Amino acid sequence: MTDKSKKSTESNASNASDLEFERPITELEMKIKDLEALSQSSGMNLNGQLNPLKARLDKLIQDVFTKLEPWDRVRVARHKERPLTTDYIQLMIDEWVELHGDRLFGDDPAIVTGLAQMDGERFLLVGHRKGKTTQDKIACNFGCAHPEGYRKALSKMKLAEKFGLPIVTLINTPGAYPGIGAEERGQAQAIAMNILEMSRLRVPIICVVIGEGGSGGALGIGVGDRVNILQYAYYSVISPEGCAAILWKSGDKAPEAAKALRLTADDLQQLALVDQVIPEPLGGAHRDPAGMAQILRDALLAQLRELKRIPTDRLLEERFDKYRNLGNDASVLAPAGTASPADSTSSSSPEKASEESAG
Amino acid sequence: MAMGWNRFRKKKDMPSGLWTKCDQCGAMIFKRDMEKRYKVCPECDHHFVLTGPERVELLIDEGTWIEEFAELSATDRLHFVDKVPYTDRIEKTVAKTGRNEAMIIGSGQLGGRPIVLGVLDFAFMGGSMGVIVGEKVTLAIEHAEREKLPLILVTSSGGARMQEGTLSLMQMAKTCNALGRFDSAGGLYISVLTHPTTGGVIASFAPMADMVLAEPGALIGFAGPRVIQTTLKQDLPPGFQRSEFLLEHGQIDRIVSREDLKEEIGRLIDFVKGPVVRAREAKVAEAEG
Ligand SMILES: [Zn+2]
Repeated sequence: MTDKSKKSTESNASNASDLEFERPITELEMKIKDLEALSQSSGMNLNGQLNPLKARLDKLIQDVFTKLEPWDRVRVARHKERPLTTDYIQLMIDEWVELHGDRLFGDDPAIVTGLAQMDGERFLLVGHRKGKTTQDKIACNFGCAHPEGYRKALSKMKLAEKFGLPIVTLINTPGAYPGIGAEERGQAQAIAMNILEMSRLRVPIICVVIGEGGSGGALGIGVGDRVNILQYAYYSVISPEGCAAILWKSGDKAPEAAKALRLTADDLQQLALVDQVIPEPLGGAHRDPAGMAQILRDALLAQLRELKRIPTDRLLEERFDKYRNLGNDASVLAPAGTASPADSTSSSSPEKASEESAG
Repeated sequence: MAMGWNRFRKKKDMPSGLWTKCDQCGAMIFKRDMEKRYKVCPECDHHFVLTGPERVELLIDEGTWIEEFAELSATDRLHFVDKVPYTDRIEKTVAKTGRNEAMIIGSGQLGGRPIVLGVLDFAFMGGSMGVIVGEKVTLAIEHAEREKLPLILVTSSGGARMQEGTLSLMQMAKTCNALGRFDSAGGLYISVLTHPTTGGVIASFAPMADMVLAEPGALIGFAGPRVIQTTLKQDLPPGFQRSEFLLEHGQIDRIVSREDLKEEIGRLIDFVKGPVVRAREAKVAEAEG
């Protein structure tokens, strides 16, 4: 697998929509298709040959995808054909009314918000939008939102709170947009405000990382009662490329960085940073978007119905407690409330400014 | 004169030298003069980065500081190894700074007013926020809430600590979660942004204050200027992401020089106090009869 991850960086520029570890799968699929075509045109029954091939295909997909390295998973999460927020809206939502604009500056296409209904459950949907066509992608800045995107999300979430609608967020961003306008309009403040307000909104919030969970840009719509992640999605403090460039001084070390960052769905569940990993169809969501949408819909409906039975005060208390101890390791830190400052206070007079440290 | 100048110039790199060179204007400064001005260049007003303990000394009345949770030390939950194991980095930094983490928290008096103070120390791994930094910020917030004290947090940070991965990212949520409750309870929080404050710290607890102050010339922004430059492939406007730029764009309340900082924070506390602080004062007054 180490060889594979090395190759994967080299073949980044390839135009093929499948990743190099998917190529044996694609080849076998082509073979099966050819045989099927032959069977149809000639009227011959080729099941004797087809069935073993199909069984081999399933096993091959399973083999390839259970052995994926973290960096391969990052690349699956970014797969060209991976379903996006807009796909889920189409495939999973029964009724949809998009709401636009932050009322302050603009309507950031990189975040979509709207009223949604699914099997009778009404909620507010907030999601990153990456764009399908090249033109779309550019308009959406490839899913990198500006402050107006985060403020649009917050204004609609407040609307949801006022009318008692639960909130579902679909996270899929490489990160918040790094640009002059974004900084001028307070990118950091917009994200911080969302994180803080989402911790105390008085309606159920369900978050799902559906592809890329890129740092603060993801967390800006990522605080909730249930945080889910799809099997091949990732969630990280920094992109593997960025981390490699800073710590390894080489962008080529992204596969190593991806491994070290522990950013896969399984890692995050082990670290208790996500509540649930939602399985993807065999070979990843991009191989069966409709199947993925069905799985996600079922998971969301179950959680919506579970959360709406919890009284609001208790819901908020549980959310608070979850975030209060997030990332804490019981062996190092006592759970909140049990530690008293008196137990562990070390008094010291102010240290004199060291003569040596001038700047 | 020339000889003397050269002699001091050579000495400038030596840690115990009497002179130092200003990063900004290049002037040779007599260290004692600068220390009298809390490490501000007497020639150009450039604010040098203070260490955490220096910041505490700047803001807290002598003999009143009680540090808390100083023993909490950075931990390597992910067994993170890049070119160097994270545990080695921690060890080296602890040895260098004599401190266990980048965050210093405690309580003391600011011009006779009891406060809770938290300071992020850039000297400790660039003031980056991992689990323990997030925890200590949260403990400071909870101390202020419990004791009904004003909360002052001073930041200088490169952002979230990469070596703790998504655990670091989630400290943004942990700290804001605690601030939400403190805010709802009517607590008073004044934030002081100093050079540099970027990434996960400026995108979480740092700007979520009742009043946001900044030292002059501090670099403050979500994305680092180099990242933006690389993405946009264009030069950045002069003064971009500096305190003055943030003030102009409505992102902060005031720019305050270091020599005025303590007095100014005291004045702001006296002006607003906040329901929580007032409740405490009423209780104290009642107890005193
Ligand atoms: Zn100077």
